[in-house]
Amino acid sequence: MGIYLPIAEMSVNLFVLLAMGAAVGFLSGMFGVGGGFLITPLLIFYNIPPAIAVATGANQVIASSFSGALAHFKRGTIDFKLGTVLLVGGIFGSSFGVWVFKLLRQLGQLDLFVSLLYVGLLGTVGALMLIESVNALRAARKGDTTGLRRPGQHNWIHKLPLKMRFRASKLFVSVIPVLVLGAAIGFLASIMGVGGGFIMVPAMIYLLKVPTNVVIGTSLFQIIFTSAYTTIIHSATNHTVDVVLALALMVGGVAGAQYGAKAGQKLRGEQLRALLALLVLAVAVRLALDLFIQPPSVYSLSPLVVF
Amino acid sequence: MRRTALAATLFLFGSLAAAAQGPVPGPAAPTAPTPGTPAPQQTPATITESIQIGLSTDRISITSDFSGADLTIFGALDNADPLVYRQGRYDVIVVLEGPMRPAVVRKKKRILGVWLNADSETFASAPASYSVATTRALQDITDQNNFRQLALGTENIYIAPMDRTGDRAKIAEFEAALRSLKRTSGLYSENIGGVHFLTQSLFRASLRLAPNVPVGTHKARAFLFKNGIFMKENSAQLAIQKAGFEQTLFRFANNHGFAYGVLSVLLAIVTGWLGRVIFRRD
Repeated sequence: MGIYLPIAEMSVNLFVLLAMGAAVGFLSGMFGVGGGFLITPLLIFYNIPPAIAVATGANQVIASSFSGALAHFKRGTIDFKLGTVLLVGGIFGSSFGVWVFKLLRQLGQLDLFVSLLYVGLLGTVGALMLIESVNALRAARKGDTTGLRRPGQHNWIHKLPLKMRFRASKLFVSVIPVLVLGAAIGFLASIMGVGGGFIMVPAMIYLLKVPTNVVIGTSLFQIIFTSAYTTIIHSATNHTVDVVLALALMVGGVAGAQYGAKAGQKLRGEQLRALLALLVLAVAVRLALDLFIQPPSVYSLSPLVVF
Repeated sequence: MRRTALAATLFLFGSLAAAAQGPVPGPAAPTAPTPGTPAPQQTPATITESIQIGLSTDRISITSDFSGADLTIFGALDNADPLVYRQGRYDVIVVLEGPMRPAVVRKKKRILGVWLNADSETFASAPASYSVATTRALQDITDQNNFRQLALGTENIYIAPMDRTGDRAKIAEFEAALRSLKRTSGLYSENIGGVHFLTQSLFRASLRLAPNVPVGTHKARAFLFKNGIFMKENSAQLAIQKAGFEQTLFRFANNHGFAYGVLSVLLAIVTGWLGRVIFRRD
């Protein structure tokens, strides 16, 4: 069934969108990630203009993050203070990102920059996760129960000034790295149309040493606001949020997420992480191919963007 | 893909009247008992055919299930010469030209192994869409020079570069790329044999509207050729617009971007909350 997207100004198949949302929702429920890093490339493969895919992806992320954050709120596994400081950084990063987004669109380099960021980040995160999970799987087979390695208690990050106490995370740390991390995620969110959970979670665990149980809830909490801010800014400056497209994806997504969560409970943590790593790497490779293989047409057409 | 047939019936302006009156400097050859006046026989120039088109509707709405459409335009030929008609020497070309819009064409080059946009050319105005229907293949109607003078056909539309003093060869290359990209996306199309004469004075043209047809004011134009010579042109305007909801949403997004963004966020939050309520997993 065809559905006309009023902002993208094109007609697409509604069932493809629902299926796409459901598939990504299934995976995001299974792995506990927002799924933005899958939605945006999928939309681009489906010929949605990248500018629309990115802004609409940010909008879609809000729904899945909100749904997930509610569950964590109930369990009390959100550090609101830490989330708020991350958010302050996120607002700055996101504003800068939207400005860069518009500049790149005008220069005609947006697609390239988005692809490079995806290939670089997904490739790195995917490879690291794969190595870690394969090691864990091997260790589990041998019977070791060491689990995730927890690095030394103090690194250079803990020597920075302007320290602040975060009770829920049992943390006493400088606000500088927290703000910088928030800003970096905000920047990525606005350029890539992702929530940034796949970078935020490892960064919080390894760099800030936030206890694992509050990491996901806090990350989801701040992603809601960063994505919401990104959506509004994109909408106000670039007019690239297609709410019909977002709604189709969200409906498929929230339904798929529930089945994914059930499927996820049947797999062990290391297995899940290894599968997610493979998925992340697959997306990175697919995007990399587009960069390195000669395109069918070297020419492309775009509307004139006036600054 | 469902194709909606948008029938646009036509007012046959002068055609009935013309058939009734007949006397006007009517069809030259076999008519009129004019033995005493040999001169008019030799003046076919006094026969002025004309072409009319008129749309039954001046606007087409794109609804949420729009996936392209076939547009039928009827038109009338006045004072057609039956002899020329029988020989099939009347040709009609009907064009639906979309709104003029600026466009940027970019060219990818391989740099350090990566294909990236390296070169670009900006065109100040190019028709966003251009759909042609003809009675015969263009080259059988008249010669290339005439088409170029009339800027008629996807190959001949005038596309103005932003920088007129730029490198000619480069502009030509990017212009050709623009036409070819537009053709690939279905926005520029030619339907050869898409115009049929139903009678000597009535014709029907079938034009294709692509699923991504641009909204705005389109211009339907009909060109009449006789023996390969351009005779007359007539045009009518057609507004293609998004239907109520889509149009409201589009306007809202463009005029009140901030409020639209806030509402999109609220919608996402409600959807997320509903998802949680409906499919609670803990």
